[in-house]
Amino acid sequence: MAASSERSPPPFPDSEEPELLEDSDEGADAFTGTSISEMDSPSPDSTRPPKDIFNEPPEDIFSDPLSNINPEPQKKVDTKIPSPSSDEAVDLFSEPLDDDSEVMSSPEVQNPMPDLLNEPVEAPKSDVLCEPPVHKNAARQQDFFEDPPKGSNNSSSSVKKAASAELFGDDEDEEDLFKETPKVVTKKPQPSGPPVDVFTEVKSDVKVKPQVKDDPTDMFTEEALTAPAQKPPASSSSSSRTNGVHSEEQDLFSEATVELSLDSPLNDRKKKDAVKPSLSAPAASVASSSSKAPSKTLEELEEEESEDKFDLNISVTNPEKVGDGMNAYMAYKVSTQTSLTMFRSKTFTVRRRFSDFLGLYEKLSEKHSQNGYIVPPPPEKSILGMTKVKVGKEDPSSAEFVERRRAALERYLQRVVCHPSLLQDPDVREFLEKEELPRAVSTQALSGAGFLKMLNKATDAVSKMTIKMNEQDVWFDEKIQDVENEEQHMRKLHVMVESLVNHRKELSGNTAVFAKSVAMLGSSEDNTALSRALSQLAEVEDRIEQLHQEQASNDFFTFSELLADYIRLLGAVKGCFDQRMKAWQRWQDAENMLQKKREAEAKLLWANKPDKLQQAKDEIAEWEAKVTQYEREFERISATVRKEVIRFDKEKARDFKRQIVKYLESLLNSQQQLIKYWEAFLPEAKAIA
Amino acid sequence: MTSISEDSDKEKVRSVSVDLNNDASLVIDIPDALCERDKVKFTIHIKTTLSSFQKSEFSVPRQHEDFIWLHDTIVETEEYAGLIIPPAPPKPDFEGPREKMHKLGEGESSMTKEEYAKMKQELEAEYLAVFKKTVQVHEVFLQRLSSHPMFRKDRNFQIFLEYDQDLTVRRKNAKEMFGGFFKNMVKSADEVLISGVKEVDEFFEQEKIFLLDYSSKIKDATAKAEKMTRSHKNVADDYNHISGAMNSIAADNNTAFKNVCVFFLIVCVLQKLEDRVASDQELKLTELLRYYTRDIQAAKDLLYRRARALADYENSNKTLDKARLKGKDIAQAEENQKQCLRKFDKLSESGKKELTSFKARRVVAFRKNLIEMTELEIKHAKVRRLKCCVYHDMFTQQCSGSHGKPGNMREF
Repeated sequence: MAASSERSPPPFPDSEEPELLEDSDEGADAFTGTSISEMDSPSPDSTRPPKDIFNEPPEDIFSDPLSNINPEPQKKVDTKIPSPSSDEAVDLFSEPLDDDSEVMSSPEVQNPMPDLLNEPVEAPKSDVLCEPPVHKNAARQQDFFEDPPKGSNNSSSSVKKAASAELFGDDEDEEDLFKETPKVVTKKPQPSGPPVDVFTEVKSDVKVKPQVKDDPTDMFTEEALTAPAQKPPASSSSSSRTNGVHSEEQDLFSEATVELSLDSPLNDRKKKDAVKPSLSAPAASVASSSSKAPSKTLEELEEEESEDKFDLNISVTNPEKVGDGMNAYMAYKVSTQTSLTMFRSKTFTVRRRFSDFLGLYEKLSEKHSQNGYIVPPPPEKSILGMTKVKVGKEDPSSAEFVERRRAALERYLQRVVCHPSLLQDPDVREFLEKEELPRAVSTQALSGAGFLKMLNKATDAVSKMTIKMNEQDVWFDEKIQDVENEEQHMRKLHVMVESLVNHRKELSGNTAVFAKSVAMLGSSEDNTALSRALSQLAEVEDRIEQLHQEQASNDFFTFSELLADYIRLLGAVKGCFDQRMKAWQRWQDAENMLQKKREAEAKLLWANKPDKLQQAKDEIAEWEAKVTQYEREFERISATVRKEVIRFDKEKARDFKRQIVKYLESLLNSQQQLIKYWEAFLPEAKAIA
Repeated sequence: MTSISEDSDKEKVRSVSVDLNNDASLVIDIPDALCERDKVKFTIHIKTTLSSFQKSEFSVPRQHEDFIWLHDTIVETEEYAGLIIPPAPPKPDFEGPREKMHKLGEGESSMTKEEYAKMKQELEAEYLAVFKKTVQVHEVFLQRLSSHPMFRKDRNFQIFLEYDQDLTVRRKNAKEMFGGFFKNMVKSADEVLISGVKEVDEFFEQEKIFLLDYSSKIKDATAKAEKMTRSHKNVADDYNHISGAMNSIAADNNTAFKNVCVFFLIVCVLQKLEDRVASDQELKLTELLRYYTRDIQAAKDLLYRRARALADYENSNKTLDKARLKGKDIAQAEENQKQCLRKFDKLSESGKKELTSFKARRVVAFRKNLIEMTELEIKHAKVRRLKCCVYHDMFTQQCSGSHGKPGNMREF
């Protein structure tokens, strides 16, 4: 955060700043005082083309904070901005950023309990206290408070978030000032609306913060900086303009605003959610990387667009044992449901066996991994598990194995088709559509091909060790390190989650035993009511055991498998980096060769052997071409890898989040059950006389 | 906590049948305890209106061994043979947490400061819990004695309570320990032997069958409950580890930073809730079961004593018969036989009363504890549900806002 504020110099005279620093500590009153003094500072801007628009917002902004003291100017605000979008816009700017800010403010993250326990008491109260004058904003926040269970927590966090969000907002604003886009004017029909609210929100937060944050002074200064500059939304568009590629973002943005203006304040939230993704992307990235090439952001946006429209549902179902003995294999039903035109029909189903999935991976990785694409790896072959399935009858462990593999295959396929370039691959389409596939041979675990592959991998590993690449690109340098670390952590975590799953299973087993024991106790109890209660308790424990079991499988399928997937995927990412390194190596080798050829030519020249000179020159030309070609290849692969890794990171974030939400849902469900069970038991316990 | 409330309940039950000012006349609690090495010194606070005590309010320091001594003397007193003698408090066991603490100290270098602090905090909490529990069982022992109409008048009990110096009870030496062990052996052998004696009273016959059955069942249930609690604890520990790992990922500050942070947060919450549930169950259920395992043992001991008396009586009958046959020592044998009969009758009578009240007490205690446990469970489940709700909501909101994240995170 500190870095970001350093990077971009404050937009107004330095003399103002120290004053703000001091004043802000004193609280709201002092703050309004400074904001009045700031009133002049943006006015120099007003000499520029978008004069009117620039002139107006300051008035609003400053009048509104003042309204803390006298409520009149507030009316002015209302009349000026009649569209309901004004309060909505606040959400846009504060919320998407919230997400970031929360990440950064680790103190909150580390102790969630005190958060829940302590703050709701204070935060909402003070919130209410400060807000009345700013009624537009207050309305939104109250809306936020509405549902009683969440209210307290949400509000406290939102307060915090909004506060720290300003750090980002601040960044954008400054950038905005630098760029001074005329486009802003055309694009923003009512730029005056949102800024006001942004600011007022800051105002109301100011009072709450000291209780919540560790370093209020920092915040205050940042907020003070935000005050005069009022066009967070514009920043996204302005940055796109500077890149010269703006169609995408503008579209998004206008879409967002359209949606906003249609909003009724009541169903805020839904809409907000809908809008947020589109806006948050540019906003966040711009905020953190004013200097970095925003083209990446654009790519992301494009991708997002396409993913949003993405309509391809793949499910792997009905695992079925085909054949007998050691030649038996499991066949899975792969059903696809899509509206994409590249497929022949909307729904189709094929039967595939495990090795087909592996075959698909082989084909894809052969084609794409050398170009720097991350090809999602399929689940590993498990000779032990499969043998069990082949030999064993219907025992639970093999059923679990099959289910696990089915789920893994499904996830694998979904990852493949999620990848925009892999989806275009004919092999993928063939895999999904074609009735009969040629049998994949090279996937046999112990086949000759497999052995060759292992040999290849070994040589790769050796060459990896020998290649000492001096990394030019800091991004890659960091990323490689990150991936390495992450993989380690994930492995560690995976082990822990596995042990959690095991312990949960153990717990479930023990609970079952306990339930039996309690039932026995109940049966030998001579007091009828107590006996009854005990047997009821046994039943409750029995059900709880079920819950534990469900929870265990939940833990397993949501987290353990997810982690396992990502450990594999991280392997693929590493492979990607290796490919890039190989390309680099090729380039360097060619460079060296060229150098040698040049030296040879020089020698020839020196030795005055014109007959060989021509040949040497030809070779040089040839190698020069190669060098350029390899260099280009390297650059291309670098770009691809970078794009892929970014995409991977995003997917990962989304995947994890989805799983967490799912997990929470399941947890919620189990708690619900638990409450039900115990509540049913309570009268029984009370009936003991 | 369990046991205290349980006990107050007991007192209430008694107070109905005995006398009402019983409660206030002798109040005993242990407000403080000090742990030195393997010795635990309890400070016993007594408040009384009974004239047998010199002062109305005073405190004495006592050790665990003193409690054992008190228990033993009561057991050995003949006239209490017909009563259920409150089980002696188990020996304080701080080895578990202490060992862990030691291990933690050794492993200090291998973990991060935060991890260490967290682990330490947890161990301290565990230690504290064990400590509290120890104090509680000792307190309950005294309270049960004080609430009993017979025991409260016991001379030794009064000495125990009043003697204001350290009691410094002579520790059992090895021989006595062995003797105690031997006695136990004899007792269990005897138990087997006299089990063949035909029961004359229907009530005791049934009671015996019931108690034998019940004691084995409750022992089993206790063991299972302990096991369950332990595995619950394991789960909680796992969550703890996971949250630690999450923390390190978060600290690494890479791309999954945000998710992981949030995930970590959730896990943290889960872990804590999990932990609390485990300890709740432990407290409510296991303690109850454990206590009654011991109590039932005490009841069984009563039955044994009665059965012993019965056997003695029958033996004395036989001796009398023999004496009559031989025609000498008849008077002595008759006397003996009468004494045995009297003793047996007395035992039977008080035993019957004791067992009946024991039964009522048990039911009440179970009821109270089960209700409390259920309410706690409901409460916690509700809290967890609420939290899940809140977090779920937070996530779904963030999820929709997450798309900008990777681009952003890339920069850090």
